[in-house]
Amino acid sequence: MANPLKCDLCSKPATVHLTQIVNNKVHKVDLCEACAQAKGVTDPSGFSLADLLLKASLNPEQPVSGVRCEQCGFTQSDFKKHGRFGCPACYETFKGLIEPMLDNMHKGTVHTGKVPTRALERKSLYDRLTKLELDLTEAVKSERYEDAARTRDEINQVKQAVTQKPAR
Amino acid sequence: MTIASLIDTPSELTDSASSKTAIVLMTRIRLARNLAGQPFPGWAKPAQRTAIFESCRAAVAATSPMKRGLDIEISDLSELERQILVERHLISRELSGAKADAGVVINKDQTFAVMINEEDHLRIQVLRAGFQLKKAWNAINELDTALEDSLDFAFSPTLGYLTACPTNVGTAMRASAMMHLPALVISNQMEKVVRAVNQLGMVVRGLFGEGSDASGSIFQISNQTTLGESEEDIIKRLGSVLQSIVEHELNAREKLLEADPAKLFDKIGRAHGILQNCHLLSSSEAMNLLSLIRLGIDLGAFHDADRSVIDRLLIEAQPGHLQHAQKREVEPGQRDLLRAARLRSEFANFTRPDFSFTNEKN
Ligand SMILES: [Zn+2]
Ligand SMILES: [Zn+2]
Repeated sequence: MANPLKCDLCSKPATVHLTQIVNNKVHKVDLCEACAQAKGVTDPSGFSLADLLLKASLNPEQPVSGVRCEQCGFTQSDFKKHGRFGCPACYETFKGLIEPMLDNMHKGTVHTGKVPTRALERKSLYDRLTKLELDLTEAVKSERYEDAARTRDEINQVKQAVTQKPAR
Repeated sequence: MTIASLIDTPSELTDSASSKTAIVLMTRIRLARNLAGQPFPGWAKPAQRTAIFESCRAAVAATSPMKRGLDIEISDLSELERQILVERHLISRELSGAKADAGVVINKDQTFAVMINEEDHLRIQVLRAGFQLKKAWNAINELDTALEDSLDFAFSPTLGYLTACPTNVGTAMRASAMMHLPALVISNQMEKVVRAVNQLGMVVRGLFGEGSDASGSIFQISNQTTLGESEEDIIKRLGSVLQSIVEHELNAREKLLEADPAKLFDKIGRAHGILQNCHLLSSSEAMNLLSLIRLGIDLGAFHDADRSVIDRLLIEAQPGHLQHAQKREVEPGQRDLLRAARLRSEFANFTRPDFSFTNEKN
């Protein structure tokens, strides 16, 4: 027999093959009898394919890299243990690990929903303010007083815009 | 608002029940949100957790819908109070077991609940009686936008809202409906429905009890995926799935009435008899009997107005509510006795089922 499929959860030979098609996108899980039973796949009150896919991708037989999240110190083996990330930056750190997972788990790989516009605008204003304040210090230090005056005007404008979008 | 006064106020779910809510009892949407640059609750150090808890709590409590609501830390609630909040779907089981720096803010009419430091920093939830996906989305969208004024959420232009678990990333939205599907259960069609719904990317779960022991024939149907589709699209898709389940349930009822009405009336009649005369009643049997009475109401065998009584009892027959009514903790064995007494008295003056509506049709 050529290469029988292995159970995504425990690597025993798989006998239960689940295929779910959502808008032309195929999601597949292969399970052995025992895991299928244990995960309630045969249970009429339902199971979550998403949970299964997540657990399957955490299969201990897959190799682990030594990457560590710079922000929070989270490692790939922490992810295998918890099935949860350490911080928002982990998504960037473990990009290679989760991209195929997200592709299998979700309908698409790119967010098309709500955007926190107010917060993003506020953030870009603050970023701009920080940059202008640096420019101002620079200009004063190198005695470019015309530049300094113009930068100061700009800072006042941005500050006004910030107070119109208050962070209460 | 105190926890005591909140518990004594009927919740959105236990209060309103018109015939519009006949099959879809309740709509619920929750959004997961996290603070930018902060570790998720499960990974945060105690001091970070405390700081996150305090800033989220202050921000949530300051929004206009949450004013004069309940704003409380889980560790300040008794075991029983936590259980009551779980039974009302206001907090999750996971949060009810939290030790430090976790809490919930609930508004006065219990339609909004925001859990803090559960799996994500914020789990914002809206509850609406009946089939109200769009209204629920508008309400929660507004609260979420209001929170943006004071909180910077972890957001990526490509991946959307970043959540502790990658199964929630993107919209981080879980929209669901609680449905009463007794005819599909009686006619053994639930398995088929679950499979079809799964194929459409939605998840079905039994509400009371785990696994196949979905007592009360009450199921929760929700979206499974959160990335690659907008909130409005998810809601539209879920809405049409729910609509088609409603139609299947109505068909199944129709068929049961045609095929063997006596069998169905016998079930409903016996449920009524047991509820009037029982002395020991487990939680799961109570759910099943109440479910049959509710079906009887939908069919016209009881007064339409009694549906709200049943919906209230579906909650009040739960262990937490039952013990609260006794103002003390009660042993599990004693609860069956209490539950029976409670339902017996509720049903003492409940009119007998009248199945004459079928004669008009024939
Ligand atoms: Zn297996
Ligand atoms: Zn991290």
